[in-house]
Amino acid sequence: MIDDAGVLWLVVLAGGVGTYALRASFVVVVGRVDEIPPRIERALEFVPAAVLAALVVPAVVAVDASGGALVLPTVAYSPKLPAAAIAALVAWKTENVLATIAAGMVALWTLQAI
Amino acid sequence: MSDRADAIDGARAISPFLLGVVPFGLVYGVTAIDRGLDPTLVAAMSAIVFAGAAQLAAVDLIAKGSPAVVVLATILVVNLRYPMYAASIAPHFRAFTTRSRAICAYLMTDQAYAVALTEYREQDTSPDRRLWYYVGAAFTLWIAWQLSTITGILVGARVPPGLSLEFAIPLTFLALLVPNVTDRASALAALVGGVGTVLGANLPYDVSLVAAALAGVVVATILDDALATDATDGSAEEEA
Repeated sequence: MIDDAGVLWLVVLAGGVGTYALRASFVVVVGRVDEIPPRIERALEFVPAAVLAALVVPAVVAVDASGGALVLPTVAYSPKLPAAAIAALVAWKTENVLATIAAGMVALWTLQAI
Repeated sequence: MSDRADAIDGARAISPFLLGVVPFGLVYGVTAIDRGLDPTLVAAMSAIVFAGAAQLAAVDLIAKGSPAVVVLATILVVNLRYPMYAASIAPHFRAFTTRSRAICAYLMTDQAYAVALTEYREQDTSPDRRLWYYVGAAFTLWIAWQLSTITGILVGARVPPGLSLEFAIPLTFLALLVPNVTDRASALAALVGGVGTVLGANLPYDVSLVAAALAGVVVATILDDALATDATDGSAEEEA
């Protein structure tokens, strides 16, 4: 954990200012910029898929990252993997956050109980 | 129509989305407390950053002991989707005052963007209607986020251990990920981002998330044209 509480608050403040800048970007300077280049716009469209997958995958497989920077991490089976697969199916069918969380949690509890 | 009626229309339009936002806020509050973070900081982050996915990712990294720079970079990379929203909604905001635009920018979320843009595309609306409809929708979501976060913080201390509740976080991201995988190129972005983070898990300072996500965006952008021209046979499945 970041030891200094002051540093932690600075990170949160800077994160807030940076996030606001991203949100305000084209909205507030709209008088000057009408269109962003299509290539950039297309690249930005890929951000959610790439970022969200980067958040999901390491939390679903059991990664052993104790080997040092030059060693590939080892990946082990975790009951979270099939539970996430079931949740992904529910997400795809329903596009409902609540149903996805419920399905994944129930699947995990069931697999852990077996 | 009055400003008030426009705002209520916006609030009504966004209300189904609260069903997804409220559990997200609860999970954020509960897990952040569970991981030992300062409750004041956790609540303040909801007002200062006001971006669920970024807040959850930040809490995870802070609890793991990542350096400040990495936490900050992660918040910003997760929020890189906002310039895309801003660019696409900006023409509809053009008639607003600068002050109104500044407030609208702060209130921007995935849900407010989606609801407002749907309304603007379907109706030929006046600037006044556009502003109040957006504020009604976006501010309703803001309130729901703050209240659910605080509730999560208060409940957090009482949740019994052993429920694997931390798993609700990747499940929330998964629910957001699936609708974002719409074609081969976005599936490739997800694949590179997801697999890359695991492969990079041994990299110092927890940079793997930021590095893999950016790599996913770059690879998908480069291969976008190739993937689009040779493939019309359906979209690839995302992997979890």
